Amino acid sequence: MKKDIHFVQGNDAVVMAAMYADLDFFAGYPITPSTEIAELLAYRLPIKGGKFIQMEDELSSMCAIIGASLTGKKAMTATSGPGFSLKQEAIGFAVMTETPCVIVNVQRGGPSTGLPTSGSQGDVMQARWGTHGEHAIIALTASNNQDVFAMTVEAFNLSETFRTPVILLLDEVVAHTRERLIMPKPGEINVVERLKTSVPEGTDYHPYLPREDGRLPMSDFGGVHRYNVTGLMHDMWGFPSVNPKVVYGLTHHLVDKIQGHTQEITRTKEFFIDDADCLLVSYGSSARTALHVVENRRARGERLGLLELQTLWPFPSDIVRKSCASANSVLVVEMNMGQIFQEVKKAVDDPGKVFLANQIDGSFITPADVLNILRIIQGKGS
Amino acid sequence: MAVKDYIREKFFPHIWCPGCGHGTIMGSMIRAIENLGIKKNNIVVVSGIGCSSRICGYLDFHTLHTIHGRALAFATGVKLTRPELTVIVPMGDGDAFAIGGNHLIHAARRNIDITAIIMNNNIYGMTGGQYSPSTGYGDFATTAPYGNIEQSFDLVKLAQGAGASFVARTTTYHATSMIKILEKAITHKGFSVVDVLSQCPTYFGRKNKFASPVDMLKYYKTNTTPIGSEAKEKNPDLIERGIFVQEERPEYCLEYDKIIEKASQRKVTNGKV
Repeated sequence: MKKDIHFVQGNDAVVMAAMYADLDFFAGYPITPSTEIAELLAYRLPIKGGKFIQMEDELSSMCAIIGASLTGKKAMTATSGPGFSLKQEAIGFAVMTETPCVIVNVQRGGPSTGLPTSGSQGDVMQARWGTHGEHAIIALTASNNQDVFAMTVEAFNLSETFRTPVILLLDEVVAHTRERLIMPKPGEINVVERLKTSVPEGTDYHPYLPREDGRLPMSDFGGVHRYNVTGLMHDMWGFPSVNPKVVYGLTHHLVDKIQGHTQEITRTKEFFIDDADCLLVSYGSSARTALHVVENRRARGERLGLLELQTLWPFPSDIVRKSCASANSVLVVEMNMGQIFQEVKKAVDDPGKVFLANQIDGSFITPADVLNILRIIQGKGS
Repeated sequence: MAVKDYIREKFFPHIWCPGCGHGTIMGSMIRAIENLGIKKNNIVVVSGIGCSSRICGYLDFHTLHTIHGRALAFATGVKLTRPELTVIVPMGDGDAFAIGGNHLIHAARRNIDITAIIMNNNIYGMTGGQYSPSTGYGDFATTAPYGNIEQSFDLVKLAQGAGASFVARTTTYHATSMIKILEKAITHKGFSVVDVLSQCPTYFGRKNKFASPVDMLKYYKTNTTPIGSEAKEKNPDLIERGIFVQEERPEYCLEYDKIIEKASQRKVTNGKV
C-alpha cells in the first residue's frame, strides 16, 4: 500500500502525532522555537471540535491544560526554556494531583533569554528537577521526525498510564529540521485512552486510592463523582492532610509509580553496540551527529557503537550499565556541560572510562567535535 | 435541599478563625446555588491559595484547589472544555489582585463565562497578616508596621476597565443581598466579578483597632451605601455596593463555537499539515 509521506519539520511532527493521539486541548504562549506547534494547532484543533487558546502567559497555559485534563480531555502545551521555567510551579501541581498532560520543551540556549534561537540540550536537569519538592517525572526525547512522532504519541500514552505530566524534551535542531515523515496509519501505533473509574454513581469514589497495580482510575470533572483536587498533600479523597502516614504514603506513591516502572518507560535505540570497543551515548539532535560518526567509522573498520536514549527520565541506569559493560570507553555526546554525562558516570561500573564530547556555543555539534575527543581517547594526541 | 446538603460534613470543622467572614460568603454562595437550582454535578469550584481557597474542600461540588493566583487559568481550561458546566472561582485579595492580577484582567477581557468571587479581607491571612493590594493607605499589617504607604486597588474599577461584563460589590454584613447578587453573577453569561468585603478579625482587625468581628461588620454597615444613594453624595468616602456593570457582550466559549463552525468547513486529510 502507498505510504503517506510528508516533508515536514519536527514541530509539525509533534502536531501530527498529538492529533493522532487524540489531543483535545492546547493552551500556549508564543515563544521561539516552539511557536509553530501553537500556530498549527490553532488551525487544526477546531477542525475536529477541539479547543485552542493562547493564554496571557506561560504559567497560565500550563494551568489551563491541567484544568482541561481534569474534564477528561487530552491536553498539551509547548514552550522553550524561559517558558519552561515559568511553567514549573504548575508542572509540580500536575505531579501532585496526578493529572495527565504533555509539555513540549523545544530547548534553546540558556540560561535566561540565552540564545534565541540556537539548539541546546541545557534543560535536561530542569526537566528532572525544575519544580520543587521530591518527585519523579517522565521526560522523552527524539532525534528525527519519525521518532518525534512516535515519542509524542508515547508521551500521551505514558501520561495516561502513569497519571503524570510527561515532558517531551526536543531541541531547536530537531524542531526546525525538515525531513521525511511517514504518517502511521490509524491503529498502527497504540493510543492509550484514559483509565476511567467503574465505580457507579452513589458509591463512594476514592480518586487517590491506588488499585493493586498502582493505577488510579479517574473520574471527569462534570461527571457523577464530585471530589477534591488539591496541590496540598492529600488523602484518598483528595482532602488536605498533614498526617505523617498519609504524607509518607503519597510521597512514595508519586516517586515509586514512575521510578518503579523505569524499565517499562525506557525507550532506547541501539546501533552496533554488541561488539563496540567505544560506545557513544547520545540523544536528541546530538544523536544524529553521533550516529554519523559511528556509521562513518564502522565503514573504516573501527568498532564504534551508539546507544541513543529516548527516555531521559527516569534515567535508564540498568540499560546504560549493561550496554557500557564491555566497551573500553564510553563517549557521551550532548549539547550542554555534561548533564547526561554525569548520569552515565553514575550508572556504569567504571566511571573512569566515560568521556564527554559536547558543544555549548550555540552551533550544532559536528562529527569533528566528536572525532577530536575520540582521538584523545584513542591516544592519538590532541 | 438544606445548606448541609451542599457541604462535605466529614471535613468539618473548617480552618477559618472564629469571626471570619469567609463562612458567611460560603453560606450565601450555597443559598444562591440552591435558589438557582443548579445540580451539584454541574458545578465546578476552582480556588487558589490562602484562607479563601480552602472553601474548595468544604463544598460538595467538583472542586479544584490550585496554586496561588492561578485559579482563573485552571478554570479557563475547565470551562473551555466543558462550557455547559457552571464554573465559580472564589479568590482572596492576594490571589485576585496581586499574584493573579494578570489572569483576572485577561479573563475579564475574554469575557469567559466564569464567576469570580473575591473574598476581600484586605490582608494575607494564611501567612499571618501581611498587607495586600487591597489594604488601605495608612492601615497596619505585619509587613507594614509603620502604616501602609501603598494605594489600594479599586476592584470594581479594575474589573470594569478590564472588560468584565458583570461587576458587583457587597459585604458580609449584607449576606442576604449578597445571595441575590451572586445569583445574578452566576446566571450572567460572561465574566462576572463580585467583590465581597469580608472581615478578618484575627489579622486585619487586631492590627487596625477593630476590637471584634462585630465592629468590623458594623463598619461595613455604616461605611457602605447602595450605588448612587443620597448618602454617597453627602459623604463621598462611603463605599458603594450593588451591581455596577451588567452588560451583554460576546462570551468566549460561544465565540469559540463559531471558530469550530468555521473550521469544520476546512478539510484536513489524515496527517496533512
